[in-house]
Amino acid sequence: MTALVKALSEWALPALLFFIPLYGLARGVRIYECFVAGAEEGLRVGITILPYLVGMFVVVGALRASGAMDGLAGLLAPVAGALDIPVEVVPLMLIRPLSGGGALGVTADLLSRFGPDSFIGRLASAMQGSTDTTLYVLTLYFGSVGIRRTRHALLAGLVGDLAGFVGALYICTRWAP
Amino acid sequence: MFSWLWGFLLIGAVCYSAISGTGERLATEVLRSAKVAVDTLLGFVGVMCLWLGLMKIAEESGMVQLLGRLLRPALRLLFPSVPNHHPASGALVLSISANLLGMGSAATPLGLQAMRRLAELNPQPDYPSDPMCTLVAINAAGLSLVPTAVVALRASMGSAYPTAVVGPTIFAGTCATAAALMTDWLLRPLTRPRRSTR
Repeated sequence: MTALVKALSEWALPALLFFIPLYGLARGVRIYECFVAGAEEGLRVGITILPYLVGMFVVVGALRASGAMDGLAGLLAPVAGALDIPVEVVPLMLIRPLSGGGALGVTADLLSRFGPDSFIGRLASAMQGSTDTTLYVLTLYFGSVGIRRTRHALLAGLVGDLAGFVGALYICTRWAP
Repeated sequence: MFSWLWGFLLIGAVCYSAISGTGERLATEVLRSAKVAVDTLLGFVGVMCLWLGLMKIAEESGMVQLLGRLLRPALRLLFPSVPNHHPASGALVLSISANLLGMGSAATPLGLQAMRRLAELNPQPDYPSDPMCTLVAINAAGLSLVPTAVVALRASMGSAYPTAVVGPTIFAGTCATAAALMTDWLLRPLTRPRRSTR
């Protein structure tokens, strides 16, 4: 099963690079002209999302550098303890929805300090992998179509993150390889 | 909503650094972050162009529409308001499957493409439609059958079982996706704009 999934993810891209042009040619599409026209749109999307990206990266950078993130983690430590959440993973839970790179950094730090196969290591890995970076997805997706309102999407994303963490904690405390 | 959150986080960070005396670090980090944002985008635009180019071929040849039609039942359940034959349904399928396959940053342009297709169906251009919110909820929860980044990280840290977390990750990811979809489904009717006010 794992091998199948691995093969799928490895060959998904090459397969698309093979089948899409082949099917296009077979249907008589001028594929190169199409490709260039599509690629040009890519550049335009890039220009649209840049301001949103800068806005988000700056605020996350400010939070981390000011120490506010660590401060908040310290404040939440007693609450985490009462809920049987290991204190070590609290910073990861805070940063996971905000910054993909930052979260990967925290996970790497936890894995090197506790060992990847320890309980903390497995829990941090599962938390890191269980969800995508909510703020990033939200900013990028809505930004790319020029929408500034987000309705309930932020809340849905954050509830998802929380459920992912709870799920990771549940499965890691009950199941060890 | 987003303005308040953004402002609160930014002002909060500055206040905190004033108290804890990390002002200089904050200033450097903020400037560095702005640069990192551009670097991230530059690393991303090339892949984006590649994908959108390929997608254009797939759309012109009718491949995207075909894919959308094949997975119609699942789509109808998740995105009831998207018409079957609109290219948006194909784009949605591609975006969600790319995320499931753990294609990481290669999956993002497909999500953006799907958003643009959904925007064509959106009667209120500056207000997100129901299917847009659902797509964002699904991809923000980001269930991945192959958590490539974590497995690679564990392997590089000398783990004896780098892939041992695949099962737990899928379990936790399923919880996340279910909760995000449930929240979206419950709140969807409450956040719809009233015609008279907007």
